[in-house]
Amino acid sequence: MKLDYRAALRDGLRHALINEPRAFLMGEDVGAYGGCFAVSLGLLEELGENKVRDTPLSESAFVGAGIGAAMGGLRPIVEIMTVNFSLLALDQIMNNAATLLHMSGGQFAVPLVIRMTTGAGRQLAAQHSHSLEGWYAHIPGLRIVAPATVADARGMLWTALADPDPVLIFEHAALFGITDDLPEELEPVDLDRAAVRRPGTDITIVTYGSGLHRSLEAAEVLPGEGISAEVIDLRTLRPLDSDTYLESVARTHRALVVEEGWRTGGIGAEVAAQIGEEAFWDLDAPVGRLATAEVPIPYAQHLEAAALVQADDVVAAVRAVVG
Amino acid sequence: MSIDPLEGIDAPEAVALLEMMLRIRRFEEHCVELYSAAKIRGFLHLYVGEEAVAAGIAAHLRPDDAVVATYRDHGHAIAKGVGMRAVMAEMFAKVTGCSRGRGGSMHLFDAATRFYGGNAIVGGGLPVAAGLALAEQWNGTDAVAVCCFGEGAVAEGEWHETMNLASLWNLPVLFACENNLYAMGTALARSEAEVDLVAKANSYGMTAWSVDGMDVAAVRAATGRALTSMRAGGGPVFLELRTYRFRAHSMYDPDRYRDKSEIESWKQRDPITHWRALLEERGILGEGAFDEMDRAVEAEVDDAIAFAEESELEPVSELTRWVYSDGSTAVASASAAPVKGGAL
Repeated sequence: MKLDYRAALRDGLRHALINEPRAFLMGEDVGAYGGCFAVSLGLLEELGENKVRDTPLSESAFVGAGIGAAMGGLRPIVEIMTVNFSLLALDQIMNNAATLLHMSGGQFAVPLVIRMTTGAGRQLAAQHSHSLEGWYAHIPGLRIVAPATVADARGMLWTALADPDPVLIFEHAALFGITDDLPEELEPVDLDRAAVRRPGTDITIVTYGSGLHRSLEAAEVLPGEGISAEVIDLRTLRPLDSDTYLESVARTHRALVVEEGWRTGGIGAEVAAQIGEEAFWDLDAPVGRLATAEVPIPYAQHLEAAALVQADDVVAAVRAVVG
Repeated sequence: MSIDPLEGIDAPEAVALLEMMLRIRRFEEHCVELYSAAKIRGFLHLYVGEEAVAAGIAAHLRPDDAVVATYRDHGHAIAKGVGMRAVMAEMFAKVTGCSRGRGGSMHLFDAATRFYGGNAIVGGGLPVAAGLALAEQWNGTDAVAVCCFGEGAVAEGEWHETMNLASLWNLPVLFACENNLYAMGTALARSEAEVDLVAKANSYGMTAWSVDGMDVAAVRAATGRALTSMRAGGGPVFLELRTYRFRAHSMYDPDRYRDKSEIESWKQRDPITHWRALLEERGILGEGAFDEMDRAVEAEVDDAIAFAEESELEPVSELTRWVYSDGSTAVASASAAPVKGGAL
């Protein structure tokens, strides 16, 4: 059936709430409003107030309550409207969700799922355009996933819900319109493995989220220049599936990392460093890196576009790496 | 008309309350020595003077009730039933500690007694307690969550957020605010525009009242009233427990912000001294009984110290264990029922 990213997220969410008796959704405007991005539209009416809970605008309280409820035996799905607001819950995410299992000597697992939108590209200016998933990927104890395809948007939640540890799902706000044909049955997604989205032989592009789409667009035109690019979607930013991209680099001997986060200290830096450490002798050229310009994202369309990685930038960067 | 402090408390329970306070006191006193001897490191926050709060609350707690405490958590852990050996070994950073030596003084955890820490971020335990209460409400039990925190937390956004959420959702959580007058070194009136904590809680539509936190019977009675209501679905309750720490905030604190006379005047209200005197006056505690109790408590603390001394450190090979679950996670609550899988 043909689904867009939004409908896929809704289908995955509905499926999770129905099939996991201990699961419930809570967050701002998830109920009566139907979700800020209409992901949970109709679920309150269908599943009731116990399963779909509107919360006050209290990110710290409802994320922390999700942690407590998870330790109390439930399987909360917490929606934070956008990554930008997750900063108001950072104490709970970082000091509690990420630490409790280890600090308690293995006694208290936190089987919590936190969903949030991420990313720029909609002229919403600096406070509504962050891409902080790479930043969250810095934190041991969390699993960080980023669905870039319609199938992942539908299937990742179920896998995340089965994870005994906290999983943060970053849904890209600029991808809600992409569509795909999916089977009727929901297929769970393997969160341990990156996915090769386009096979190629001359260069490995490692990316995720919105970067996947810019990279695939670039990979479409590169054959015109005689370049075959392999495009890898990380899907999970922590823990990184380095085997998949190292194996690819061993074949292509060149690598470009594309991300929407800022360049300094970003997830791309980590991937590039790993390739440098583990695949140095496989490389025929230095690893290339593309990231968002190191500025707060501006409102003006031309400035925002200039700040973000575009398909043309990927093409140019590939040329530079391939030489 | 004054109410008899022993109202509703039989002799064995009266003695047990004294013993609990004394266990905490002696434990803490030994911690001071052990800290000076560098057996205990890191931060150390002592509960001396505030024992009536933990002992009075714990008198009404059941094993299935959950407790979330702060970095000043030794008293709460002992009162909830965490073994003194495991608590002391934790301070010694030994693998036999209740957190395997990974948390230390500020982060005591114990799944068996539903003790959820030991949270060292002021206010950080409040939402977690609300969530634990939500799980009980969801499951239709009459168990509750108790969150102990200091009055300094009242200034945190997390306090306001959690008070609102708990009240809005009618969650069975007891907010036990230990008002010892100082947030580290800042007196309440130096940091709060409104110092009436009960009024603040009331503003969230929550039942709240103040209690003499130096009087174990008063704390016990207030907790009993609160928990009876909460177990029957009456929603959260906020208790302001007016208490005082006889020692500095932590071992690092030079205690410059309090008058010695103020400290001395509060010491005149020592909860253990007063409760002991009452029990002796009523003939519940016979001659020599207190000394005998004290000797037994000292023996228990000595045993805990010996156990901690003799225990092993966690092998370094386990450093990265439990950053993520490895299937051995020993928590029944989080993994009691299998996740439905397979056929989707």
